[in-house]
Amino acid sequence: MQAFLTLTRRELASFFVSMTGYVIIAVAVFQMGLSFVILLNNLQGESTPMPVTEVFYVTAFFWLILLLSAPVITMRLFALEKYSGTFETLMTAPVGDLQVVLAKFFAAMIFYMLMWLPLLGCILIVQRFTGGATALDPGTIASTYFGIFLIGCLYMSLGCFASAMTRSQMIAAMVGFAIGITFFLLSFLSEQLSASKSWWSQALNYIAMREHMRDFSRGIIDTRYVVFYLSLTVLFLFLTYRVVESRRWK
Amino acid sequence: MTDSLMIEVANLTKRYAGNTAVSDLSFSVRRGEIVGLLGPNGAGKSTTMRILSCFLPATSGTARIAGFDVFTQANEVRRRIGYMPENNPLHQEMRVREYLKFRARLKGLGLRRSRERVDIVMQQCDLTEVQKKIIGHLSKGYRQRVGLADALVHEPELIILDEPTIGLDPNQIRSVRQLIKDLGRTHTVLISTHILPEVEMTCNRVLIMRRGKVLLSETSENLQKTMNDGQIITEILAPIEALRTCWEEMAEIKHFDIAPTDGDFFRCALTPSEGADVRPQIFSAITQRGWTLRELSRSRQSLEDIYMRVTRAEHEEESL
Repeated sequence: MQAFLTLTRRELASFFVSMTGYVIIAVAVFQMGLSFVILLNNLQGESTPMPVTEVFYVTAFFWLILLLSAPVITMRLFALEKYSGTFETLMTAPVGDLQVVLAKFFAAMIFYMLMWLPLLGCILIVQRFTGGATALDPGTIASTYFGIFLIGCLYMSLGCFASAMTRSQMIAAMVGFAIGITFFLLSFLSEQLSASKSWWSQALNYIAMREHMRDFSRGIIDTRYVVFYLSLTVLFLFLTYRVVESRRWK
Repeated sequence: MTDSLMIEVANLTKRYAGNTAVSDLSFSVRRGEIVGLLGPNGAGKSTTMRILSCFLPATSGTARIAGFDVFTQANEVRRRIGYMPENNPLHQEMRVREYLKFRARLKGLGLRRSRERVDIVMQQCDLTEVQKKIIGHLSKGYRQRVGLADALVHEPELIILDEPTIGLDPNQIRSVRQLIKDLGRTHTVLISTHILPEVEMTCNRVLIMRRGKVLLSETSENLQKTMNDGQIITEILAPIEALRTCWEEMAEIKHFDIAPTDGDFFRCALTPSEGADVRPQIFSAITQRGWTLRELSRSRQSLEDIYMRVTRAEHEEESL
């Protein structure tokens, strides 16, 4: 446990001692700001039945932030250590492979959630100036953040996996981005095919992340989605663990 | 029986896709020894060390450290070794103290204990004045010491250093060697190098490796004896005939060679019979005859010669 906490702390700190962490947060905040402008614009127009969180979500900035930041957050986790050789000092310290994988994943998750905090500021401003609790329900905000958290788990874990496979941060980012955007694009495919009743269009419906996130931003927490994200996260973390362990079979 | 043995390696083999890095390697190291692994690049030194430090598994064979198997009891082994890999990788963005503290905590030391140990190793490795500096900004010598401090921080029984003096300037090399020597008083040390004088100066025992095998395992004392088998060289101003009779009369000299050199001096290369040191007799013979002497020395066979001999013999064997 001590090793796990020590590692998590170091990983988290390394986002902030280098510029990476600040750059990622700055870019994310910039995009949140843009989406906020659009959101205000939308709120000025006709009244809409959507909750404010969903109004934010449908601006598409959400996916831009997620898809761009996830690979950048995770790319250095393993690749940099392998590249600089510190992976050897790390793996010859009395720590288990699983501890290492989980610590890196947790650090990435914490950073990812910190990155999303400014959004809360935007929402609070809206609440302040619309002058009423009616526009914003804490439950919807919580479920939006829960959705952000779940999708983050999936993207951080697949980023870990991409990073563990290579010693080049660039390749790690590209592979992470490719897998991430594939998952995202599958939801468009399912929308296209929603009319057909074939088994695979139904299967695609379960992967439709756009649909999932819309529900979360409306305040609906569907346990099927929760199971979907958590099981995929576990799968990717398991794969990462196997990749890290694989040096022992070579 | 395992009490006195720190490292026991038996029939260790490591194959990477296609080539064999270590083949059927066996050796053992007693507690308190400083052992040097010597060999050309690609001899399997680093691979051996990586297996011993539980980073890589062996293809076959066993290795035990302090009685624990490196594969099945990896965590026990890792707790007992301090390992500094080749090129000494460090987290460049961290500060010296912060890094050592992180490593100490990672290796399971308590909060107070890690603070104490970090202070001690920083003093030991002369890092106290740079403790607040960022590792990436330090000179190579300091970085090497940070790596050493990391290897020492959890008080390991065995210290494994892979080429600890590579890329340092002569002063830094000297201070690192001194540090290793000091460590040898309290720890078992295994170092690898391809720099011969380093082994000669710091180690009690030398293992010469080539192509994944140990060719020679010898204590430094025995090596010194072997090395002292060389010739005696002397330069004397005397008539050549008189010199010849003089050497012929001396019973301990098996063979001699006389060659003229500059300024009417003659350079004599004398091969004494096994193990004898005839320098005093030679000196008294010269003074009796009233000759002028300008050099009298015993050519020491260097470790390099032995190394060349051993590795060449292996090479010839292969080409047969």
